[in-house]
Amino acid sequence: MIAIFRCVLRRDLVLAFRRRSDVLTTLFFFVIVVSLFPLGVGPEPELLRTMAPGILWVAALLASMLSLGRLFSLDYLDGTLEQMLLAPEPLPVIVLAKAAAHWLVSGLPLVLMSPVLAIQFDLTQTLIEILVLSLLLGTPVLSLIGAIGASLTLGLRGGGVLVSLLVLPLYVPVLIFGAGAVGAESSGLGAQSHLLLLAAMLVFAAVASPWAVAAGLRISVE
Amino acid sequence: MINWFKYSSPQTFFPLAGEMVPWFFALAVAFGAAGLYIGFFVAPTDAQQGEAYRIIFIHVAAAWMSMFLYLVMAFWAGVGLVFNTRLSAMVAQALAPTGALMTFIALWTGALWGKPTWGTWWVWDARLTSELILLFLYLGFIALQAAIDEPRRADKAGAVLALVGAVNVPIIYFSVKWWNTLHQGASVSLMAAPTMAKTMLWGMLMMALAFWMYALGAVLVRVRSILLERERHTDWVASYLGRLR
Repeated sequence: MIAIFRCVLRRDLVLAFRRRSDVLTTLFFFVIVVSLFPLGVGPEPELLRTMAPGILWVAALLASMLSLGRLFSLDYLDGTLEQMLLAPEPLPVIVLAKAAAHWLVSGLPLVLMSPVLAIQFDLTQTLIEILVLSLLLGTPVLSLIGAIGASLTLGLRGGGVLVSLLVLPLYVPVLIFGAGAVGAESSGLGAQSHLLLLAAMLVFAAVASPWAVAAGLRISVE
Repeated sequence: MINWFKYSSPQTFFPLAGEMVPWFFALAVAFGAAGLYIGFFVAPTDAQQGEAYRIIFIHVAAAWMSMFLYLVMAFWAGVGLVFNTRLSAMVAQALAPTGALMTFIALWTGALWGKPTWGTWWVWDARLTSELILLFLYLGFIALQAAIDEPRRADKAGAVLALVGAVNVPIIYFSVKWWNTLHQGASVSLMAAPTMAKTMLWGMLMMALAFWMYALGAVLVRVRSILLERERHTDWVASYLGRLR
């Protein structure tokens, strides 16, 4: 089981590395969306400071959602996915490996990029640390929940728009606690409870969502 | 012993549903008339909110049904997924538009109620926000089923989504609640309202029953249409349609 996990993870990472432009597109999307907000709401530092966690988190949500289409569709088109469904190895483990690869490719770069963007919004160092920590805990949840939507809309027309309709309402708790962690820290409440809840969501999503994704894939490919 | 599974077959369920529809609609009208009479003529005027509060009789009933119908939908979707019964999946599909309608009525009447009492159409209160997200969940379910051409795949994919949504509903509700208490004080709390007069409670119960009966009737009508469409290749549908001509 660990062997198949590592095998799928390595394969997806190698594939992503060979097509670097996909990874960079997601990252630049994130950067551009975040940079658009000051242009839209005005450059007052006070306003931007309060809005920064929400902006960064919503942009991360959208960026992670945009890349969901690639999670299964290429494997679906070239028949690899069918082989994965037929494999004697447990499908949820394969799914977990694919979600992990998706996070490493589309989530982790955003997390690493976020301190730079947070400086543009004039966040203090403690708040930046909390923001990075909350993104580090929260973005894997986005990949795991998003995989459910991606599996259900596999091969449908207009799948990309449909995924957003299915997945965004389910992202709400992650957004609330992710952006809320920074807000709580800056208002003096302390971010610990928010971060603990995010960690709980991550654990729950890692355990439960691969089963839903596996069911969704079997339905879509059948 | 009664054979409960007799009516799980589309062929036997179709005439039974047809028999039941007028009864449910009649009950909806009766309960609705009683509820509206109590609401508009018997229930006392509220000391703080005046006459404006009377929209509660529609608002609360719709809000209750919107949440209840989502659970019922997830239940039947789950039954359809586990036992592979076609009828359960069709019931789940038929429940979604009625549930979305109830959610929409609850939001709309809430806005109409909020304007005279809170002075605003909308606040980002925990209940309002989670009701709005519930509407999005309904719309996602309907959109997913509409996007899939093959009915069996639509049933199963919708079922997985409904179950995932049902697991998420409490998480969403509590996260929105805690988010709200952090941002603003509980300026608008329905729970803190003074204990309700007995007649008000009766009016609300009557209206809830009326909406429930309406939902049953409307869902059965919709299930019958879905049945006819999906089973159109069968003999019993052909003979039924032949009798109509």
